[in-house]
Amino acid sequence: MNLVNIFVKAIFIENMIFAYFLGMCSYLAVSKTVKTGVGLGAAVIFVLVVTVPVNYLLENYVLKAGALSWISPSLAEVDLSFLAFIMFIAVVASIVQLVEMVVEKFAPALYGALGIFLPLIAVNCSILGGALFMQERQYSNIAEASSFALGSGVGWFLAIVAIAAIREKLRYSDIPAPLRGLGITFIITGLMGMAFMAFMGIKI
Amino acid sequence: MSTSTAPVAAKSEGLFSKKNRKLITDPLNDNNPITVQVLGICSALAITVKLENALVMSASVMAVMLAGNVIISLLRNVIPSRIRIIVQLVVVAGLVIIVDNVLKAFVYDVAKQVGVYVGLIITNCIIMGRFEAYAMGNKPGPSALDAFGNALGYAWILVAVAFFRELFGSGSLFGVPILGDAAEKTRLYAFGYMNNNMMILPPMALVIVGIIIWIQRARNTKLIEQA
Repeated sequence: MNLVNIFVKAIFIENMIFAYFLGMCSYLAVSKTVKTGVGLGAAVIFVLVVTVPVNYLLENYVLKAGALSWISPSLAEVDLSFLAFIMFIAVVASIVQLVEMVVEKFAPALYGALGIFLPLIAVNCSILGGALFMQERQYSNIAEASSFALGSGVGWFLAIVAIAAIREKLRYSDIPAPLRGLGITFIITGLMGMAFMAFMGIKI
Repeated sequence: MSTSTAPVAAKSEGLFSKKNRKLITDPLNDNNPITVQVLGICSALAITVKLENALVMSASVMAVMLAGNVIISLLRNVIPSRIRIIVQLVVVAGLVIIVDNVLKAFVYDVAKQVGVYVGLIITNCIIMGRFEAYAMGNKPGPSALDAFGNALGYAWILVAVAFFRELFGSGSLFGVPILGDAAEKTRLYAFGYMNNNMMILPPMALVIVGIIIWIQRARNTKLIEQA
């Protein structure tokens, strides 16, 4: 039950885009058509689901204060948590590199469509943000961390697909010239964020 | 943090060629990192509930960006281009760890509120973007100016958004009540004025940035997108 709760909460209430603005750069840049939006959204889900559990293990068995005591009791005093940023980003960067190679090999069309944005997932805030929130919230086991990662990824996916669909329709609307493109996208995202606030307080 | 950057600009002001001046003024308007390049939005929106947080964040970004741009620029000839992203990430991550610890040591309250967003400076696209676009191909001096200009361009948007959010959301600036006391109904509140709580919530940050973009593009028509 707790797992489902974390999952739903991560999608709707603590949505990466609407509540924390994570991954906004690629969200704004790639959301011109639904197709690329879906591609990037799927890539983000995948990378989050892989990196957050790996970082969870890293955090709990290497970095946290006393986490090294499983090697020998004499290491119980060691606290490496100041290294968290550099370790997390190293894990993220290498996994993204891996995903890039796999996508290039097995889905060249998707690779072409995603273009520059696949390597940029490494610097997509939502991925590192997922790891940092995982650290901050101290999930009690790896299943909870994975459930959180999946939920955040799905939430991000939903957000980018929704805005891409809206932007496709917007092409036919008469928007004041200075507001076209970026400006209206910001404002619509704000409105969507307000709508998502209606989910606040939901518990399963 | 920000004090260490001021002398750099002041000293080089004298030797400013037109090109160097452009490095600083361009990102303020025509090529603003947030409203035109659309980079580094995440932190810009999330920490603008209060002016103080926005200033601390701007100073942190400026420190990381200046040091990072200079370091990458010095190393530009020895970094193999295949692994440059990793090298850049390691440089930023190292600098951010320093900034994070400095913030925790000197302004603990703000550090607590800014929270994960300091860590997220690592993935702030402005910084990586400047490394890629400028520091990898230019000498340390101009790179420092470029970093300074872009950090300023980032900072003024942050401060502008934070100004409106704090003023209308909490009725204060830098935590000092400007419009009177909401609980005791003094000054403006005596006339039935109320804080707009919506301003404190995330969606309004997006709307305010949207409006800033609107105003900027209305004044600077060459930025209008051809849809």
